[in-house]
Amino acid sequence: MKKYTYTEKKDTRSGFGAGLLEAGKKNENVVALCADLVGSLKMDAFIAEFPDRFTQVGIAEANMIGIAAGMTINGKIPFTGTFANFSTGRVYDQIRQSVAYSNKNVKICASHAGLTLGEDGATHQILEDIGLMKMLPGMVVINPCDYNQTKAATVAIAEYEGPVYLRFGRPVIPVFTDPDQKFEIGKAWMVNEGTDVTIIATGHMVWRAIEAGEKLAEMGIDAEIINIHTIKPLDEEAVLKSVKKTGCVVTCEEHNKFGGLGESVARLLTTELPTPQEFVATNDTFGESGTPDQLMTKYGLDPSNIIEAVQKVMGRKK
Amino acid sequence: MKHTIKELEDIASQVRRDIVRMVHACQSGHPGASLGCADFFTALYFEVLNHKTDFTMAGAGEDLFFLSNGHISPVWYSTLAHAGYFDKSELATFRKLNSRLQGHPTTHEGLPGIRIASGSLGQGLSVAIGAALAKRLNGDKSYVFALMGDGELQEGQNWEAAMFAPFHKVDHLIASVDYNGQQIDGPTDKVLALDSLQAKFEAFGWHVINTDGNDMKSIVEGLHYAKTLTGKGKPILNLMSTQMGAGVDFMVGSHKWHGTAPSDAQLAVALAQLPETLGDY
Ligand SMILES: Cc1ncc(C[n+]2csc(CCOP(=O)(O)OP(=O)(O)O)c2C)c(N)n1
Repeated sequence: MKKYTYTEKKDTRSGFGAGLLEAGKKNENVVALCADLVGSLKMDAFIAEFPDRFTQVGIAEANMIGIAAGMTINGKIPFTGTFANFSTGRVYDQIRQSVAYSNKNVKICASHAGLTLGEDGATHQILEDIGLMKMLPGMVVINPCDYNQTKAATVAIAEYEGPVYLRFGRPVIPVFTDPDQKFEIGKAWMVNEGTDVTIIATGHMVWRAIEAGEKLAEMGIDAEIINIHTIKPLDEEAVLKSVKKTGCVVTCEEHNKFGGLGESVARLLTTELPTPQEFVATNDTFGESGTPDQLMTKYGLDPSNIIEAVQKVMGRKK
Repeated sequence: MKHTIKELEDIASQVRRDIVRMVHACQSGHPGASLGCADFFTALYFEVLNHKTDFTMAGAGEDLFFLSNGHISPVWYSTLAHAGYFDKSELATFRKLNSRLQGHPTTHEGLPGIRIASGSLGQGLSVAIGAALAKRLNGDKSYVFALMGDGELQEGQNWEAAMFAPFHKVDHLIASVDYNGQQIDGPTDKVLALDSLQAKFEAFGWHVINTDGNDMKSIVEGLHYAKTLTGKGKPILNLMSTQMGAGVDFMVGSHKWHGTAPSDAQLAVALAQLPETLGDY
């Protein structure tokens, strides 16, 4: 197992904030909008540098999406910022009609996704957003795994023409990817090559997959770990290539197993290469209040759950 | 009056103690507007509402209350506990794993007193209108009360609801606005000014009254007066001026306390200003 270490923990939303500033410096058409959550979205640095290119819309997310869509018409590249729930479900038809169907270059940037938002509870913890967004034709869906990858992804989506959903989170987590990485939309990252099982993880679950991989190595199981940061378009080649080798797969996501990354992988495999698969994901449930770690344990998203899933799926291999 | 103003003020003091202790204990939550609305909740539950503490979802023949700005759950939970809906010891579980006292109010865990989830802003007024319509269909003349935040009024759904209620003569509805002038990113005037809320609601066809939400006499009299205005074809809007953080001097009037928990030292300072009147949980 390749060794991964970290010297600090940071929140992915801060990676977004840093990336937004960098994207703003690179391209004067980059603009930002927020719905009364500037601090939570880490937009302060961008606002300080480019006050005229920032719009505070107030607590009015539907209006924000519409305004962003309109701004693209004169060549602006709007980045909207609010919590993941209010970035998706709250404004689904505004995104569907004014952004996706109209093919507008809006970057919908969503913080506090998943259970790890913690104490605020289920009203704020969306576990359905990947599903909602990946179902929209033409929508790119990205869920990066640490501060550096989120920063790189933010810069990359500014250079890409078309609607994007960028999902990130609240808590501090290990920073373990390369600070100088080039982020390629739709290109999986091989975290660790292995032969016994493929573990595919996205977002906060990637570090947990690495922790599970280390334990599995001690148990004599050689896991291939792939980071799918772009859920749509899915890097089908990378998935198929790995699964051909290992013959079984575990998908890991901080999201409902209905409609998430796991289902995208299953859809691919069931048509191209039917393969035993296990899902580490929430199981058709809402979240609740608690600390992020407590919730990840209660809802079955710990490294131990990945290990159990690996054992189970390897038992199903022919 | 069921209680004297002094008695109500004493209850509100205990509610404020609970709020700061609850938010401190889990180091998360929203003390500012919870404190600002402590007098309103006390007046509502101990003086104004006709309600039963052996809770039923339907609440037939009872007045109903809906909290739209669900983030001020601490003030509601404390008030419900002291009113007798559940034991006050449960306040210690606020925002902790496996609690009925979720970060934002929910029916999912079955906490008595809650009839709809809130937390995602801007939805409560519509729900209150729906409940009032159902009561009307059932020939139930009880009142429906609602509370919204002022920043929350930036959400468009409020204005869809505001247009609907007078048109459909939903006139047993008394909605209040927590007019504290603050939201997360700063004063409401700087984020997206609400400008003359009174004129806006009146233009939509509401009967608007003004109260001081941190003056117990004003709020009790205002809500009783609001009841006398019902049944005349118009919904009632209570524009209730409050101070974010009311009762704790270092929190007063600043959006910084919208959603920040006090430290140990700050808790001690706050509690010293808030007499314990009904016993801490
Ligand atoms: C739809 C939605 N958007 C954003 C938020 C995040 N949020 C929670 S409270 C709040 C500010 C609310 O302002 P106000 O109604 O004035 O309440 P106060 O600050 O007085 O507590 C925001 C933006 C939310 N809960 N729901």
